[in-house]
Amino acid sequence: MRNQKLVPKVEILHRETSGSRRSSYKVTAFGKTRNQKILISGNEAIAEAAVQAGCRFYAGYPITPQNEIPAYMAKRMPGIGGVFIQSESELAAISMVMGASAAGARAMTSSSSPGISLKQEGISYIAGAELPAVIVNVMRAGPGLGNIWPAQSDYFQAVKGGGHGDYHNIVLAPSSAQEAFDLTMFAFDLADKYRNPVMILSDGMSGQMMEPIVIPEDRKNLLSGICCLTSEKKWAVTGCKDRLPNLVASFRMCLGDTEKLNQHLQGKYKQILADEQRCESVGIDEAEIIIVAYGIMARIAKGAIKTLKAKNIKVGLIRPITLWPFPETQITQILKHRLGRVKYFLVVEMSYGQMVEDVRLAVNGKAKVEFLGRAGGGVPTEEEIIKRLEVISDKL
Amino acid sequence: MPKITIDKERCKGCQLCILYCPKGQIRPDKNLNKKGIQPVVFLGGDCSGCKFCAIICPDAAIEVYK
Amino acid sequence: MDKIFGRPKSLRDIPTHYCSGCGHGIAHRLISEVVDELDIRERIIGVAPIGCAVIAYDYWDFDCCEAAHGRALAVATGIKRVRPEAIVFTYQGDGDLVAIGCAETIHAANRGENLTTVFINNAVYGMTGGQMAPTTLLNQKTATTPFGRDAKSAGYPLKISELLAQLSGVYYVERVSTDSPVKVLAAKRAIKQAFINQIEGKGFSLVEILSACPTYLGMKPTAAVKWVREEMTKEFPLGKIK
Repeated sequence: MRNQKLVPKVEILHRETSGSRRSSYKVTAFGKTRNQKILISGNEAIAEAAVQAGCRFYAGYPITPQNEIPAYMAKRMPGIGGVFIQSESELAAISMVMGASAAGARAMTSSSSPGISLKQEGISYIAGAELPAVIVNVMRAGPGLGNIWPAQSDYFQAVKGGGHGDYHNIVLAPSSAQEAFDLTMFAFDLADKYRNPVMILSDGMSGQMMEPIVIPEDRKNLLSGICCLTSEKKWAVTGCKDRLPNLVASFRMCLGDTEKLNQHLQGKYKQILADEQRCESVGIDEAEIIIVAYGIMARIAKGAIKTLKAKNIKVGLIRPITLWPFPETQITQILKHRLGRVKYFLVVEMSYGQMVEDVRLAVNGKAKVEFLGRAGGGVPTEEEIIKRLEVISDKL
Repeated sequence: MPKITIDKERCKGCQLCILYCPKGQIRPDKNLNKKGIQPVVFLGGDCSGCKFCAIICPDAAIEVYK
Repeated sequence: MDKIFGRPKSLRDIPTHYCSGCGHGIAHRLISEVVDELDIRERIIGVAPIGCAVIAYDYWDFDCCEAAHGRALAVATGIKRVRPEAIVFTYQGDGDLVAIGCAETIHAANRGENLTTVFINNAVYGMTGGQMAPTTLLNQKTATTPFGRDAKSAGYPLKISELLAQLSGVYYVERVSTDSPVKVLAAKRAIKQAFINQIEGKGFSLVEILSACPTYLGMKPTAAVKWVREEMTKEFPLGKIK
């Protein structure tokens, strides 16, 4: 059960500039002070949020740039009766999460791109068996081993399924440490509500960056009130005392039964599409050009928008917070109300064009869609975005 | 005297019970079951109630009475 | 007259999908008998494998969970760690436990997870159509070793039980067989011991069961059990390993 009273007190010990990547601060006590501002990395914000959301099982395999998450969990879990396991592989980690979730616990794993590829096996099983689980991907550059630098190149993998079969993860994209905290808590509620895997799609830059966050006293706005108590998970495998046996499985032996499962899943996804689209919109009412960017790229884009405002170029921003379901309704509404006045969408990503496909589908030819992106560790700069917007502005 | 009952419809005709019956009291049936499998049949004679047939039966098709 | 042998309560009264003479049916029944005798039906959670026994949970009348191919012991680890009061076991074949799940097997054992594993070794892949297993004997013909298993290209039969016995985290390993009624009774004793170990918190226990797959050995069931007894036990000797 989540303990609403615990708020971490974090003490900065020293900053390490080289050598060991050990955490430069530690959680020293859990006082009752509320609304306390703490300095924390994006990765650790995710880990602490998970704990406060009632996550009591974490399994993971080290990979940069997300190693702060398992390290934090290793420290934090024993004191709260939780479980931390450094697994032998990502394949094992996700299956351990599957087991813990099947047994009724709130469970999480985290990794970075190559590790998330390995986790696709388990994620597909979790989706098929309709289990709640939270999976964190702190994206790094690919393909293959790529590099540890930040990227957003796993968008397709995250939002289109990733593993085999017709399924969807709910995908949340935080753009700050504060939002990483808030969305991680929300992720556990969504996972339980829909009995579906929820992915936090972060990146190496957001994960490593330290920012002040406030852990709010009143988290009611973050929590939809769904209880994480196992006793309410009637489907969980807990031993069949005083009830018929439960089975957690994606497999359906008979031909028609797998189709029925798929139809059921599609019904659930339809509901999620209708109810869970979220985005942040900035300066939409005036804009002639709208930037669509998520995560850290949206923050860089905001800087560009500020500069261009001074030059009287009217640029707005749509920042998808849910990548699946993609906030297409927001885009179609804007086009409905401001048809002809919004002439361009500029999609900015740390990839060579992945989310841009969903933007094109939403825009559906009603405005021009352009793309600016870099991948492999390159981050589109504010200057590059400004330059591109000026070129577009000249065409208006 | 002990006896066994064989569920003909559950029997898959592997004949492991025949192999291990120390008294030779199980034989293939003359008739096929509904699945078209030749089941086995208890002859009804000298049974010691050793349970070997039931213990080796992969289909839990044999019950033993004493 | 009293019934002195019948179907255990934890084994559902339905026919199995297994082939004639398949050892899975015996192993399923033995687990059910042990669950009944230890009175743990309301505490037990089974983890089913991928392979012929994929729907083992249809036959057991207690809580079960699926695992991806080879990951049964990882799933079981997750269940047991959040429900230490539950009795958790995996049921895995030679492909699941020794090939695709070798890493999960070794590491769960090495962590000394307080789990019970029932390992069915029939020296061949059943569900996919009789291909080579890691435990296939040298010179044994399978769909993917049509000229017999040749060590030069396909390696040697993998003795996972002996390998696991080397690990400090492992408490109990025994190899048994179901090729005759007497051996079946010994197999049951071993399974029971493996569950008692878990109840007593002793750590990782594994029972390897040499089992007949008449279909893919291309033999009558009566010949297949003979093959298990005479050929398999040469490579995989019976007895308590640890």
